[in-house]
Amino acid sequence: MKHKVAVTVNGHKHEHEVEPRLLLVHYLRDVVGLTGTHIGCDTSQCGACTIHVDGKAVKSCTMFAVQADGRSLTTIEGMAKGDELHPIQQAFWDEHGLQCGYCTPGFIMAAAYLLEQNPNPTEDEIRKGLEGNLCRCTGYVNIVKAVQTAAKTMSGTTAGKTQVAAGGN
Amino acid sequence: MNFLQPSTWAEALAMKAAHPEALPIAGGTDVLVEINLDHNRPDTVMDLTRVADLAEWATEDGLVRVGAGVTYTRIIDELGDRMPGLAMASRTVGSPQIRNRGTVGGNLGTASPAGDAHPPLLASDALVELASASGTRRVPVRDFFTGPKRNAARKDELIAAFLIEPATGPQTFSKVGTRNAMVIAVCSFALALDAGRRRVRTGIGSAGPTPLPAPEAEQFIEGELDWDGRQPPSDAAVARFGELAAAAAKPIDDVRGTAAYRRHALSVMARRSLGWAWQDYRVGWA
Ligand SMILES: Cc1cc2nc3c(=O)[nH]c(=O)nc-3n(C[C@H](O)[C@H](O)[C@H](O)COP(=O)(O)OP(=O)(O)OC[C@H]3O[C@@H](n4cnc5c(N)ncnc54)[C@H](O)[C@@H]3O)c2cc1C
Ligand code: FES
Ligand code: FES
Repeated sequence: MKHKVAVTVNGHKHEHEVEPRLLLVHYLRDVVGLTGTHIGCDTSQCGACTIHVDGKAVKSCTMFAVQADGRSLTTIEGMAKGDELHPIQQAFWDEHGLQCGYCTPGFIMAAAYLLEQNPNPTEDEIRKGLEGNLCRCTGYVNIVKAVQTAAKTMSGTTAGKTQVAAGGN
Repeated sequence: MNFLQPSTWAEALAMKAAHPEALPIAGGTDVLVEINLDHNRPDTVMDLTRVADLAEWATEDGLVRVGAGVTYTRIIDELGDRMPGLAMASRTVGSPQIRNRGTVGGNLGTASPAGDAHPPLLASDALVELASASGTRRVPVRDFFTGPKRNAARKDELIAAFLIEPATGPQTFSKVGTRNAMVIAVCSFALALDAGRRRVRTGIGSAGPTPLPAPEAEQFIEGELDWDGRQPPSDAAVARFGELAAAAAKPIDDVRGTAAYRRHALSVMARRSLGWAWQDYRVGWA
């Protein structure tokens, strides 16, 4: 029997009838058509499928789509503003935080959650915050650098935006 | 697959009575892996994440009653001061994504000998509250684990909550694994000192068919400790405590480690845990 799932993904509402055993990650990729969220394993180990559900980082392979009914989801596609990359995306680019890029959407979503919780993390806290994500290419050094760089630009950008908003309005 | 989604606790219990075969899902971090690996093909699953009661905690007659659906992240953030041993263990579970969904109720439901919540629950003499449409009972966690991945809950029962007395002394948790993150314990050890009652409680993980306490080690060291003067125990007493803790385990050789390694690691963890906890008691515990 099919069940209704109504979710907000990156600010847009979606409603579908799905089989209860459909994983949230498959729903996002195959039904909603957002293929930026990757699948790297079948044991919930790799973190490639990390998204935010009501602001919290989760592995979208550990949820059925029907469990997400009524929730607000953010995927990697929701990070950039038009042509402007999110500061974390830009930092991964600038610091060479990726090689093949398979793990990258998951790392960026995990990093975004980490920086939300702790805007100024130490290297150790970054490594701990990303412990649920695996990368087979980079050796993590540049990923950690990217998150450090993003933390700097984001604390800068937020302050800048507040000023512009205050001045502009 | 049928999908049940109760929105209240009463509804959940009624559904479980009507469908005793329904597999509950809390965070899904064990259930979904089993399904994804095709180790389990449930006909009916029951999503408990909409039951608000399960995600609440409150103080009740001097105990903290924590709903089975409270996540590890919330235990760390909201209850770390009252249950430091469980919070320490919770920090080692999986990764942020797993701790944001995974629950102690689910850890108890799986009842793996390697479940990281179990040693600190043993060391805190926790109670597990089981409920069905016909009533509620509270089982000491020491009686809850009945075999490998088996627990005392009946088919028609759900785990409602666990109850823990707020820490009455220093608590520790240590875990040996093959890497620092996202690792199933090779073995683990929890210790709780109860300063008021002058008791020592232990919990051993991943070194037996079920999580286990080490009662002989507890009794031995309770008599050796200088609770009033707070002087450190003798080296011989600490060594004996480690031996007795290791002797309480019933480890096997498996892919994660040998029985001999587990016993050795347990004796080391037990000695160190006692050292850390006693140091905290000496310098800080009123
Ligand atoms: C990548 C990864 C890393 C992990 N790392 C660790 C780790 O370091 N340490 C560790 O201990 N575990 C670990 N786990 C296992 C898992 O996260 C834990 O066991 C967790 O506590 C399960 O909780 P859950 O809410 O997700 O349970 P679920 O998967 O929802 O359920 C688990 C079991 O409990 C039953 N259940 C759930 N709630 C109830 C209830 N209220 N009443 C009755 N039965 C119920 C379910 O039917 C099922 O049998 C890991 C898992 C993954 C995927
Ligand atoms: S695909 Fe979800 S953790 Fe690997
Ligand atoms: S960049 Fe290839 S897996 Fe991480």
